[in-house]
Amino acid sequence: MFQNLMPLVESANAVSFEPVVFWITGSLSVLGAVGMLVSKKAVHSALWVALTMINLAILYVLQSAPFLGVTQVVVYTGAVMMLFLFVLMIVGVDASDSLIETIKGQRMLAIFAGLILVVSLVLLLSNSFYVQTNGLETADLEYGGNIQGIAALLFSKYVLIFELTSALLITAAVGAMVLAHKERAVPRKTQAQMAKELFSSGNYKGPLPSPGVYARHNSVDTPALLPDGSVSQISIPGPIIARGAAKTINQKDIDEVQSISEGRGIIDKEVEDQ
Amino acid sequence: MKLFPNVSLGAFGIDPWWVTLIKVLAVFVILVLMTLLAIWAERRIVARMQMRIGPNRVGPFGILQGLMDGVKLALKEDVIPFTVDRAVYILAPIISATTAFMTFAVIPFGPEVSFFGVITPLQLTDFPVSVLYVLAIASVGIYGIVLAGWSSGSTYALLGGLRSSAQMVSYEIAMGLSFVAVFLYAGSMSTSQIVAAQERTWYILLLLPSFLIYVISMVGETNRAPFDLPEAEGELVGGFHTEYSSLKFALFFLAEYINMVTVSALATTLFLGGWRAPFPISLIPGVNEGWVPLIWFFSKIAVFLFVFIWIRGTLPRFRYDQFMNLGWKILIPTSLAWITIVAITRGLRNSLDLPTGQTVALLGVPLIAVALTLFIRDWRKANAEEALEENQILVTEIDPFAGGHPIPPLPGQVLVEQTSSRQGITNG
Repeated sequence: MFQNLMPLVESANAVSFEPVVFWITGSLSVLGAVGMLVSKKAVHSALWVALTMINLAILYVLQSAPFLGVTQVVVYTGAVMMLFLFVLMIVGVDASDSLIETIKGQRMLAIFAGLILVVSLVLLLSNSFYVQTNGLETADLEYGGNIQGIAALLFSKYVLIFELTSALLITAAVGAMVLAHKERAVPRKTQAQMAKELFSSGNYKGPLPSPGVYARHNSVDTPALLPDGSVSQISIPGPIIARGAAKTINQKDIDEVQSISEGRGIIDKEVEDQ
Repeated sequence: MKLFPNVSLGAFGIDPWWVTLIKVLAVFVILVLMTLLAIWAERRIVARMQMRIGPNRVGPFGILQGLMDGVKLALKEDVIPFTVDRAVYILAPIISATTAFMTFAVIPFGPEVSFFGVITPLQLTDFPVSVLYVLAIASVGIYGIVLAGWSSGSTYALLGGLRSSAQMVSYEIAMGLSFVAVFLYAGSMSTSQIVAAQERTWYILLLLPSFLIYVISMVGETNRAPFDLPEAEGELVGGFHTEYSSLKFALFFLAEYINMVTVSALATTLFLGGWRAPFPISLIPGVNEGWVPLIWFFSKIAVFLFVFIWIRGTLPRFRYDQFMNLGWKILIPTSLAWITIVAITRGLRNSLDLPTGQTVALLGVPLIAVALTLFIRDWRKANAEEALEENQILVTEIDPFAGGHPIPPLPGQVLVEQTSSRQGITNG
């Protein structure tokens, strides 16, 4: 059933577009690389790198390596660059990098390392003119597809190296956590504990009852009546009490509140007036 | 002319250009229409859940409300704050919307149909790693939100962007892990092959834990309530899109709804048999052929969208640390354990030729025993801690220099000087 897995790009339709796609994505990835170098802001540099990575991923897919292409985007663009951005973002919008050399001889070392890279890349690429390769299609045929081939090699021949690499990465992650970890002398308070502390001090922390509630008036100087008919002292603002401007409550209002809260309903107004 | 219900990957990438063009247009139009319908449905359903009526003025049942709101949004004044990083600020919503549309390219809508004489699958394209492609595009889509947060030059937006990058990276891990079991069972990472592999049994029955983890992480991944922390109105005004207005905001809006449709479609494809008819109906001949499967496909998406809306109408927003704990301490470990079980089951079945029932019994009993022991241990520990907390109201003061050398306070102890200096500060 899965014998006829054929990468999309192998179809005749796509191959004729290969040079076109190559020139577009190739130039965009070079543009991204140059942009990374000339950008003043760190976040812009990171974005240019992301552009380069995505274009390289398209090139991989074009070269019949869809798994590599997609993994490149998931791992490098999606996870690694995102973590970079995460750190860079905290720097803020306006910050630019200072161009002062902090490590002595850094530039010379960088140029030297760059030259080594150029030489090795040229040697590697020129190799392809002389060595006869079998091509990806032959390699894929052996295991019945590109992904099957990668899986077979990764989990048989290279399984030890693969596991060692992941162990190395885990060690790095755990190391970073150990370095950043701070032992607390006293365990951190949970939200429940903090809430308990807040309310156990005797202060009422909730919203104050609005004045005028359960009364016939709707003004700040009228105290609220609690469901049992008693006056709520905290419902009137302090200054009004200080001025002595707080209204007193009629007995019939208190009766009415009691009547409502006991479920007897509103006292008939006419009966009341008699 | 024979139509093959099971499409092989060779059927993709050979369409004439006009068929591809029609498919691209169809995907675009369907997504935009689904967005308009989803916005209307969300407002109506949430309204019902909150004992309101909801929009009912424009068109029958208010169905055109989304369209009107879209027009209104586009005609609003486009405010670009002075402090923004202009290029990135404009780029961010474009990334969000573009990537949202791109994912749908690999979703299978149905089997092979005759398209004005051309036999072609109802799917734009497919390749051996198309589910990973969905993950890849989703991870590029995060850039939209993160960059929007950063470039706005506003604290609320920045916090929203930071939250979103942490949230989506974490939940993408859980999401990716939930796919692994499906890959193991289907033997493929291409959407059309996964649908083909579910001809007899849907993976929701075989791989229920994976499905549950996927459903939780898909809500986290789309920034929907109760996981809408990047835009939490109560805390961050609008989160990452606080500084956006008019069309740029509309693009974020569009992207969110398209992403909802996309993750629903992916859940349908991976776990609910894709475009296949549900069980009793699937016995009728002809329901899984031609254009009919579109009905099943869109009904399944509609169910997922309803669940999205239902969750939003029901659950309050998570606190950020609770949300991260859920992702890292529950979803990811559960996923890993589940993948191990699935892989061992598959391996035993492949190498020892054991029937599934025996394998499950062989593995399941000890595993359940281990899980139960761990659970009981944790539960006891939590109980003991709680009891300790209840009793531990008294805080003892110690003199750190009592023994001649300064000693740090143990848990539950407070230094004498520390308390007195604190009091001094509050009194002063």
